[in-house]
Amino acid sequence: MDQILNLFYENREFVFLIIVSIFLGIEVISNVPAVLHTPLMSGANAIHGVVIIGAIIIMLEADPTNYLALILGFFAVVLGTLNVVGGFVVTNRMLEMFKKKDKK
Amino acid sequence: MTELLGNSILEICYIAASITFILGLKMLSSPDKARKGNLFAAYGMGLAIVATILFKEELSSDKSLNYILILSGLLIGTLFGTRMALKVKMTAMPQMVSFFNGMGGACAAVISIVEFDHVMHTGEYDLGLMIIIAVGLIIGSVSFAGSIVAYGKLEGKIGDKAIPGGQIINILLLIALVVVGGYLATMPVPTPMILYILLGISLIYGVLFVMPIGGADMPVVISLLNSFTGVAAAFGGLMYGNQAMLTGGILVGSAGTILTVLMCTAMNRSLVNVIIGSFGGGGAAAAAGGEQGTVKEITATDAAILLAYANKVSVVPGYGLAVAQAQHTIHELEQILVEKGVEFSYAIHPVAGRMPGHMNVLLAEADVPYPMLLEMEDANAQMVNTDVVLVIGANDVVNPAAEKDPSSPIYGMPIIKAADAKNIIVMKRSMGKGYAGIENELFFHDKNRMLFGDAKASIQKLIAEVKNL
Repeated sequence: MDQILNLFYENREFVFLIIVSIFLGIEVISNVPAVLHTPLMSGANAIHGVVIIGAIIIMLEADPTNYLALILGFFAVVLGTLNVVGGFVVTNRMLEMFKKKDKK
Repeated sequence: MTELLGNSILEICYIAASITFILGLKMLSSPDKARKGNLFAAYGMGLAIVATILFKEELSSDKSLNYILILSGLLIGTLFGTRMALKVKMTAMPQMVSFFNGMGGACAAVISIVEFDHVMHTGEYDLGLMIIIAVGLIIGSVSFAGSIVAYGKLEGKIGDKAIPGGQIINILLLIALVVVGGYLATMPVPTPMILYILLGISLIYGVLFVMPIGGADMPVVISLLNSFTGVAAAFGGLMYGNQAMLTGGILVGSAGTILTVLMCTAMNRSLVNVIIGSFGGGGAAAAAGGEQGTVKEITATDAAILLAYANKVSVVPGYGLAVAQAQHTIHELEQILVEKGVEFSYAIHPVAGRMPGHMNVLLAEADVPYPMLLEMEDANAQMVNTDVVLVIGANDVVNPAAEKDPSSPIYGMPIIKAADAKNIIVMKRSMGKGYAGIENELFFHDKNRMLFGDAKASIQKLIAEVKNL
């Protein structure tokens, strides 16, 4: 019990941040029109690519002689970048099509 | 540079990135600002990445290999990511999004594995960190395996397979995940073996969880997997006390959940119902299809006459339109008919297609003007005054059984009321059933005529015939 309470107490700021972020996420997209469902999902998909930061951090932490960690970390960086770059480019492409029509 | 200065700059960059994510998502919800919002979030992401590389640790010569690997990883990812994203056809968008989502999930899972290895070397771990590692690994790998299966299904490489006793197996796997994950977190000295067992179970669960889910439920699943990866990224944020990862991940997690719930509401089903009770296998539905009328066919010539002399025409597009890549062709037909003075609109069902808003993107690609795309309620309100409703590659979203037949698996789902129109023309390749695997009474309706054939070829024939009139 003490261990769990301790865990909560040490991370109380994160718990707070998580709860606020959840409400923020709900609030931010609650009025999205159906036309934008796909770009919104795709844009959100790109944003969770922020996991790439974690991949960079593990690479920076890794001991340069620990080849397993380096190889895995390298893959993590590639995968994360694919998610970020691919996600943003695809979303931009979709939204470009929407934009073209506004001019007509 | 002092360490304090570097760390402060880093944290300021993370705060800035978090703000761009929030504003970016906000702007993505409004049509005029959406594109800017996406770019905005992308810049924020770029800033966070560059700042991490520059300021996270003091640059030292003995880590030059690490930096080289990071930079080459970024370069390779960027090259392939851009190439794939630019090359993909608009019709293949759902699988592309699914694929990128899977990559993010895999990244989160690998981070957990490497971090585990790292803390085993340093010995600096506690219950909290192990829980974070275990949960990050589970969610990341489930999201990865699930997304790849979803990708395969959308590409048509994997069929919908209901495994006998699948539900029980899935529940057992879920229990196993909790037990093994809990064991890993509470072991006095965690072993890599348990970590790999956990990885294995998560991957199997991810595969089995998406495998039986039918095509019509894909919008829900893709959206759900998207929010999974968001949560996995958030756990990565907890691992390193990194606010940018945490806010980004949680935002996507909760936004994705809302989108998932929206999709479920559009189908009038609960999320549990979508995940557990997959479409298709329902015996009751098959039995209900007993009484069948006769199906009347129509030739392209007759259909063209009907369309050309109508006052008001409405098109109900479905996944078949995407498969046949007929979005440009239908736009061409629309233009010709509009020139002839026909009032033309598209009736878009929220779950038509294979991802949220799929039909909107597809028709936008073909330059169909915004105001012509009607949401379901508006479309239904106008249906009574519509002379011809043209159903292209849609099935379940116009099935009257959803309104009339309580034994139908789609009972209660709001539909586009095609039967309210004066005439119905259904374009279909054959008399096959929809993804829900149930008969569609609409096809046997008095007002309905079937126009068999590939959607694109059929529309081209219609265009030729209308031009000849």
